[in-house]
Amino acid sequence: MTRYFTEDHEWIEVDGGTATVGITDYAQGQLGDIVFVEVPDQGRELSKGGEAAVVESVKAASDVYSPVSGTVTEGNPALEEDPALVNTAPEGEGWFFKLQISDASELDSLMDESAYKAFCDTL
Amino acid sequence: LSDNEEPIETEALPLDAWHRARGARMVPFAGYEMPIQYEGIMAEHLWVREHAGLFDVSHMGQLMVEGEGAAEALERVLPGDISALQAGRIRYSLLLAEDGGILDDLMVTNVTMPNGGAPRYYVVVNGATKWDDIAFLREHLPDEITLTHLDDRGLLALQGPEAAAVLEGIAPGATNDLYFMQGTSVEWRGEALGIGRGGYTGEDGFELSFPAERLTELADALLADERVRPIGLGARDSLRLEAGLPLYGHDLDDSVDPVEGGAAFAISKRRREQGGFHGAERILGHVADGPAKKLLGFTVDGRMPVREGAVIYSSDAPVGKVTSGGFAPSVGAPIAMGYVETQYSAPGTPLEAEVRGKRVPLTVETMPFIAHRYHRKGAQK
Repeated sequence: MTRYFTEDHEWIEVDGGTATVGITDYAQGQLGDIVFVEVPDQGRELSKGGEAAVVESVKAASDVYSPVSGTVTEGNPALEEDPALVNTAPEGEGWFFKLQISDASELDSLMDESAYKAFCDTL
Repeated sequence: LSDNEEPIETEALPLDAWHRARGARMVPFAGYEMPIQYEGIMAEHLWVREHAGLFDVSHMGQLMVEGEGAAEALERVLPGDISALQAGRIRYSLLLAEDGGILDDLMVTNVTMPNGGAPRYYVVVNGATKWDDIAFLREHLPDEITLTHLDDRGLLALQGPEAAAVLEGIAPGATNDLYFMQGTSVEWRGEALGIGRGGYTGEDGFELSFPAERLTELADALLADERVRPIGLGARDSLRLEAGLPLYGHDLDDSVDPVEGGAAFAISKRRREQGGFHGAERILGHVADGPAKKLLGFTVDGRMPVREGAVIYSSDAPVGKVTSGGFAPSVGAPIAMGYVETQYSAPGTPLEAEVRGKRVPLTVETMPFIAHRYHRKGAQK
């Protein structure tokens, strides 16, 4: 399994043709206390860089974009009851959705962990 | 993840370095770099409801209006009974445009010296509107009334059930016989410390005016008390929303008058009878006949916050708009404030707001959402 990152602070963990997407620890730290998450429904077609989910902190709503194109296979049901999972486990239990990747070559433009860490250091 | 912040020209507050040293995340607000949060909005919000929070509100405009006839002059642009305001008393009022629209909401304190002298009123206005307010007042106050912008003074708010005990700790006796909406001045480390009992959280508390160049001393002295934590703008917003207090520029603006804006209480009885303030015809017409729309509070079903700009519906008909909304930490659910046509304003009326194409059920609720705990004179503790 390989994990990639976007400049919009999403992570995507790829396992064969499927992947899990969430937001990074840096992103949750910037947002603060998460009070609501809207994840995409199963079957929804997402495009790379397109709106995929919404995360709401006490102060604002922010869009979460899909790192690659694909079809949603599952939204994380745990976030409905416990949106704070995004704060406590952003890169684990606080994942947003899983998708079937439609074009694996789109992964090439994403950052690996060390490149993402270097990117965050410039912010 | 989307990025909502845009670069804006900003100035530094007197406590800028103090905030940064305490881990504040700074954002542009009202022309200043201001702390939006330190440890986190939720924790800060709940701390204020339990203990005491220190807010830097030095961006707000502190003005002095003085001279013979100052009360009467202010009454042209404010609907409150300023002439009847006794020395040491504070009133909430509204700065009115000539058509009765609200230019700002503000606090007026009669600070006339007890041994006589010219009448003096200390006025605190919002930060984002202070320059326009000053220009407007200069235009509308007669020449014999002096308007001074006290821009060499900083302003801190100390809010929460333990605020009085904390203030007594650094200025013993300062809160003796000082009740909600009363002001006083004491000497602290050789300087005048202006104290007004009230605030913007619904809790007991104080607003403290002190020379800007020595404001860090006051902030340090207050924060040295372990009951006090620094609180950012984020929690200030969620606290005031729960307390049902409007935010100018969001819940109030120049398109609405005080009756529409839920501030009819600020139009004093004598002023209702006599008029003589900007927009009196429109405003008193609304007092008598009711306005077409008014500012209301709403509880929200479920967990999804309903925010500013969401359209409010009754069945298929758009009947209003949300002006403030978010998750309310002490309520434990989303709440909102907004304008709705008066026929839908009865508490308990079911409505819906549209958020990202979905309908969210709302219910009209009497504000505040969290009971005020002010230190009122004559009230049982």
